[in-house]
Amino acid sequence: MSDPQPPKGDAPGANEPDADVAIEEPAAASPEGGTATDDVRATASGPGIPAEPGEVQPPSKWQTMLRQIATGNAIISVLAVVLALLVGAIMIAFTDERVQAASGYFFARPGDTLLAIWESVAGAYSALFQGSVYNFRRDDFLAGIRPLTETLTFATPLIAGGLGVALAFRVGMFNIGGRGQMLIAASVAGWIGFGFDLPWGIHMIVALIGGLVGGALWAGIAGLLKARTGAHEVIVTIMLNYVAFYLVSWMLRTPGLLQAPGSSNPKTPAMNPNAVFPDLLGPQFNLHFGFILAILATIVVWWILSRSSLGFKFRAVGINPNAARVAGINVKGMYFYAMLISGALLGLAGVSQVLGTVTTGFTAGIDAGIGFDAITVALLGRSTPWGTFAAGILFGAFKAGGFSMQAAEGVPIEIVLVVQSLIVLFIAAPPLVRTIFGLPQPGSKPKRSRKPDTKGVKAK
Amino acid sequence: MSRTVEHHRVAPQPDALATTVVTSWKAPIAFAIFTLIALALAVFAPRPGETTYRWSRETDAIQVPDLTVPAMQALWAVVALLAVSTLYSVLLVRSKRRVPLWLIVVFALLFMFGFLTWAGAGSSLPMIGLLFGSLSLAVPLIYGSLAGVIGERAGVVNIAIEAQLLSGAFTAAVVASITGQPWLGLIAAMVAGMLVGMVLAAFAIKYFVDQVIVGVVLNVLVVGLTSFFFSQVLAPNAAALNTPPRFDRLHIPVLGDIPIIGPVFFRQTIIVYLMYIAVALVYIGLFHTRWGLRVRAVGEHPQAADTVGIRVNSTRFWNVALAGAIAGLGGTFFTIGSGIAFNKEMTAGAGFIALAAVIFGQWDPIKATLAALLFGFASNLQNTLSVIGSPVPSEFMLMLPYVVTIFAVAGLVGKSRAPAADGKPYIKS
Repeated sequence: MSDPQPPKGDAPGANEPDADVAIEEPAAASPEGGTATDDVRATASGPGIPAEPGEVQPPSKWQTMLRQIATGNAIISVLAVVLALLVGAIMIAFTDERVQAASGYFFARPGDTLLAIWESVAGAYSALFQGSVYNFRRDDFLAGIRPLTETLTFATPLIAGGLGVALAFRVGMFNIGGRGQMLIAASVAGWIGFGFDLPWGIHMIVALIGGLVGGALWAGIAGLLKARTGAHEVIVTIMLNYVAFYLVSWMLRTPGLLQAPGSSNPKTPAMNPNAVFPDLLGPQFNLHFGFILAILATIVVWWILSRSSLGFKFRAVGINPNAARVAGINVKGMYFYAMLISGALLGLAGVSQVLGTVTTGFTAGIDAGIGFDAITVALLGRSTPWGTFAAGILFGAFKAGGFSMQAAEGVPIEIVLVVQSLIVLFIAAPPLVRTIFGLPQPGSKPKRSRKPDTKGVKAK
Repeated sequence: MSRTVEHHRVAPQPDALATTVVTSWKAPIAFAIFTLIALALAVFAPRPGETTYRWSRETDAIQVPDLTVPAMQALWAVVALLAVSTLYSVLLVRSKRRVPLWLIVVFALLFMFGFLTWAGAGSSLPMIGLLFGSLSLAVPLIYGSLAGVIGERAGVVNIAIEAQLLSGAFTAAVVASITGQPWLGLIAAMVAGMLVGMVLAAFAIKYFVDQVIVGVVLNVLVVGLTSFFFSQVLAPNAAALNTPPRFDRLHIPVLGDIPIIGPVFFRQTIIVYLMYIAVALVYIGLFHTRWGLRVRAVGEHPQAADTVGIRVNSTRFWNVALAGAIAGLGGTFFTIGSGIAFNKEMTAGAGFIALAAVIFGQWDPIKATLAALLFGFASNLQNTLSVIGSPVPSEFMLMLPYVVTIFAVAGLVGKSRAPAADGKPYIKS
């Protein structure tokens, strides 16, 4: 786990292997924990029992380390990405017309088919790379590095939204309402952004705060209903997505609310320049101040979760709400606060869309599916702040590269959706990935070494 | 409220006391709100003119005369009747009696009549078209909600209804286009929906992945897959791969000639007739057969079910697969059911409305079907009103199913209690 959880000594949560309630499967509770007890058992029984030669020999350091790598969670994340890209490659190759043409005479010249497969897959993935990291076809460095800044621009709302979903996960809740929260936040921020005339800086801050409050309140409905009536937040947030969509659609086509004056399109006017996020690297790059806000949000979420008492209560509720209640934590209050913060973070994603990425006025499609992508980002990041940050950048790269892949190679952008969702599916089921790659299952070794152990105990 | 009770127990949570209240003020309060809405329409937004309800088409064998009412007089009469029902319900609750179901139904119909009369003032409402369209729009919702009911009764939350509908629509379009046989498309759609259901079941049951996560991810995955293949394969070869034949409407001889009911219910496609059968089968199956008893046992108390020898996980797996097949069948409505070519994300959230219908229908196949019909009516009413020039923004009509569901989940409308083990994996110890 990449989440730095310092040993807090007597803190009740310190023994918890991981607060990753969302996707941890019970079978693989904690690889580190498993090996630790294994070691303890080995040392405890070591002197008492005359070791049978070759049977209970403690494994060498290298073996233990390899094993820890192979049974750890990081390797699963990497392999899941590899596997998903592999499936994507198969899809690209099978639907490529050149491959289809060459496979018509596969048995005559199989090399042609293989070459066509290689060309289509390599072409697509190199376009993906050049569209997201560095474009080698450009002459100077500034033009070449532009894709990377695009990646960070796409990553900004994904990180913010992913943090929101991750925070809710840590409290044991699913915030599937990212779309609605983003739409409401974008509407509030956009309305402040174009409807008012405030000095530079202040305008931006007011619009930002307005958006965050809007997102927080929209998510707060779900939190309040869960706290007061026990309504399941999954259902409520899904329904609120649609309510928000229709509400914003109506406001966008009603003159005097969000619609641009003198226009009949369901679109807002452009943002006031005073409210727009400043560019970070000058006007030739799209990267805007929102990225700094996303970094700040990551730090704040990290601080809340692992350094504040509120975060401690959050995690306690997430791991076991009944125990938390017995310990005197106001569980219902935590649900409500968590949804507020989660909604504010998704609101940040919405605000960065309207004040940073699309400043010429927005439509009801401003969320661009980020509300759902945020869920996959949080899952890939295993609900930890910095994991989510990294996952957000990875998915931002997929998005940025996906567009250039579509332009250069004609591979539809939807392949990115497939790859993203496959990554999450594979990550959610580590035993599946381990089976596919033939890795040892965690817990398989303790079972094997337990047998001689019990024999020894019986022999006494 | 029983104040004496409060002295006896040291209540840590004040809302625990609310359960001791026998009578519920929900119905009178809701009645009062709707009466006020009707009153507000009459006072603040009067619409002159007459409203004509057309009950039959020119081609029908038996003609039902049109009903023409003066809009405002009718609305005021409705407001008066609504007020009377509200007062009656208040009296009932004050004398510690329950508000009977018939009163609620009458109230709802009255309100609907008042609203329609007000909204349609100065024009005529094609009632057959309105009801026929409602049923048609409800078809995928009903199939989806049946799938949701089976899955959740077996203890597996199915957020992936949307994915199953979409995969069904896609597969049906492709297979029916290639073979020219809509029946083959229907079967292929069931297989596709079943496969999605099996993936859900495998991840949820074998790998204990949270069911909501799998459902959400499957939705994204199926949207991605179908859109990818649509752009990459279907769009360039639309003539060969994406021109599905459609099922013809079947006129059932005698039933189809009944005025009003006939044109609405018995001049539909085979998909709708299969739906009637499916609703009946699922209802009878769930509550009157051994299969249903097992499904419900597995969803309510898997440990107890296991103790008496029911194999919990395989029961769950096969029922989620079956549910997927039903939802996939519902997806055919979008393509071969209406003769429309497949398009990206063409289900447009129908799966989520179906999920809403499951909850609003309290996990009961009949009630879920009625909820789906209500949602279909709401969205078709919006279509009809926008044709005749609606005074209500269409977005608010479209919002209705979702708002109603939020109220339902929050316990403001009826009681909503999921199967006890819904969403919890069963780990045999």
